Amino acid sequence: MKILVPVKRVVDYNVKVRVKPDQSGVDLANVKMSMNPFCEIAVEEAIRMKEKGLAEEIVVISIGPTQAQETIRTALAMGADRGILIQTDERVEPLAVAKLLAKVVEEESPELVMLGKQAIDDDSNATGQMLAALLGWPQATFASAVEKEDGSLKVTREIDGGLQTLSVSLPAVVTSDLRLNEPRYASLPNIMKAKRKPIDTKSPDDYGVDISPRLEVIKVSEPPKRKGGVKVETVAELVDKLKNEAGVI
Amino acid sequence: MKNPFETPERAAFRDSVERFVKREIAPHGEDWDEAGDFPWELHEKAGALGLFGFGIDEAYGGLGFDDAFMRLESGIALAYGAPGGVNASLGARNIMTGPIAALASDAIKAEVLPGIVSGREGGALAMTEPSGGSDLSRLTASARRDGDTFILDGEKTFITGGMKARWFVVGARTGGEGFGGISLFLVEAGTPGFTRTALDRKMGWWSSDTASLHFDAVQVPAHRQLGEEGVCLLAIMNNFNYERLALAAGCLGMARRCFDDAVAWAKQRETFGKPLISHQVIRHKIADMSARIDALHAYLLHIAWTLNEGEIPAAELAKVKFTASQTAEYCASQAMQILGGAGYLRGQAVERIYREVKVMAIGGGSEEIMKDLAFRQMSL
Ligand SMILES: Cc1cc2nc3c(=O)[nH]c(=O)nc-3n(C[C@H](O)[C@H](O)[C@H](O)COP(=O)(O)OP(=O)(O)OC[C@H]3O[C@@H](n4cnc5c(N)ncnc54)[C@H](O)[C@@H]3O)c2cc1C
Repeated sequence: MKILVPVKRVVDYNVKVRVKPDQSGVDLANVKMSMNPFCEIAVEEAIRMKEKGLAEEIVVISIGPTQAQETIRTALAMGADRGILIQTDERVEPLAVAKLLAKVVEEESPELVMLGKQAIDDDSNATGQMLAALLGWPQATFASAVEKEDGSLKVTREIDGGLQTLSVSLPAVVTSDLRLNEPRYASLPNIMKAKRKPIDTKSPDDYGVDISPRLEVIKVSEPPKRKGGVKVETVAELVDKLKNEAGVI
Repeated sequence: MKNPFETPERAAFRDSVERFVKREIAPHGEDWDEAGDFPWELHEKAGALGLFGFGIDEAYGGLGFDDAFMRLESGIALAYGAPGGVNASLGARNIMTGPIAALASDAIKAEVLPGIVSGREGGALAMTEPSGGSDLSRLTASARRDGDTFILDGEKTFITGGMKARWFVVGARTGGEGFGGISLFLVEAGTPGFTRTALDRKMGWWSSDTASLHFDAVQVPAHRQLGEEGVCLLAIMNNFNYERLALAAGCLGMARRCFDDAVAWAKQRETFGKPLISHQVIRHKIADMSARIDALHAYLLHIAWTLNEGEIPAAELAKVKFTASQTAEYCASQAMQILGGAGYLRGQAVERIYREVKVMAIGGGSEEIMKDLAFRQMSL
């Protein structure tokens, strides 16, 4: 089985982002960028499948600026085999990404596309679903466990109120949830080896996909500051406050 | 501060070490230190990450390359998140694999290095004696040639990693007075006549297995002499230099940790009706700590660059060693003040680091000795 894993370069999850003064977005100057944590989980899952002998090749792909190469290298250092960078400095939206990925799937014919359920920058949670629709493949989103069976995958999903188990026939699109696995950190020997693994650089034009944005960002602003809460001594006091201060009952 | 020497590989390595520390050490570190021990498995995990392979051939399990910046990164990240004792015990081998790589025969390298570099086995460097550590030219342990063996007698003390190590690089006198009469030997734990005692009531580094070693007519095969009498110490000077770099990097990690914990506390703690961090005196402490941390980092980066150029900046390494321990001491002290009574409680990093700064000012060349060495290097 060949697995295609799309990975996105995003602001590191430890960074406290600041909104730009003109409210056009968040300030990315001198900010640490990393692989989206859900993508990392997807990479890890693919590597575990390969280690179990269930997959032969793992191809990682990123769509973004030149620096997204580093994100691909991270995946290669973890254990993926080769990379594809579709280079663009445009802001890419889920639909454009899904269309590009569909083209790559045509070219590479993987049996499984393993993605993160969402990226922590815009939290769209849409690319995997759109890709499955474009390909006409089955999808299993928010996976917390993936098992290979004959010609299909048994995927456990985290849903409100519990777990759901799906059987999806291959080829399929699976998106990973947080508890699917704990991604490994790359060892130094593997970081150095990853430098020699191949990365193909392409452009959106190579695939004939128009990636121009269809959404317009009107304004980005900080969430309102939360005021500190108060502790109440009695139920009566609580009811009184809800009635007279908050005016909600 | 922006690091002009950053590369994607160095950034990736730093990221891996930080994750390693966060996942494998930080959740247990303070408890391990209180308990005075930690699981051996951690040595193997650190080995798999590549922490012990700098400057060692791939044939012997090493990385096949060296990079002073990466050494720096791992030293900083480990000291930031791991108790000094864990860090010292893991790193003890790094000051003894250098002499083996530089001086041992291929057969010995093949026998010894893979186990140590992978973390399966421990290694220690034994120079200091009860009679002193600053002036190694007067060390008294002796090795007398007897046919195909040397007969080793004497005492070593303060040996980090010494209780668990399998292999020891031991300095002993084979000739006359001074450095010229000293040789190095590779000695294996369990050799008849070689015993060790734990030195376990220390001010800090509790989780490190520090030992006193006793050699009573220990027979060491002659082929386990490393290099030649007298010149062997010169040949491993670079080893001491890397030890100083590692200790200074550790001081930077400790200082940063004190800074971060103090800032987090100052933001959250209120005194006189406002957050501690809004009081000017506290802000000045934070600014002072930050400036010293930046200065130390810039100094270390420059030295790492010089080392990568193939030069040995001995004077700067001596100067950065005491600059670093003074920075760590300063930041630990200021952070303790900012934490107030909470800083005086055990089980948290600032209190531990406050105790650990002294060993950084003494071990691997004390502040006094480093200043003297630096002064002599300046040829004034
Ligand atoms: C926790 C710990 C771990 C250690 N691990 C190791 C190890 O793994 N291997 C190893 O070989 N050693 C190790 N050491 C020993 C360390 O290297 C020595 O403690 C250090 O070199 C100082 O030697 P000393 O303690 O004998 O002090 P001394 O040499 O007796 O010096 C005492 C004091 O006098 C000062 N002093 C000495 N000479 C002069 C002078 N000429 N002018 C002015 N001041 C002077 C020194 O700076 C020091 O402050 C360790 C020490 C500690 C505390």
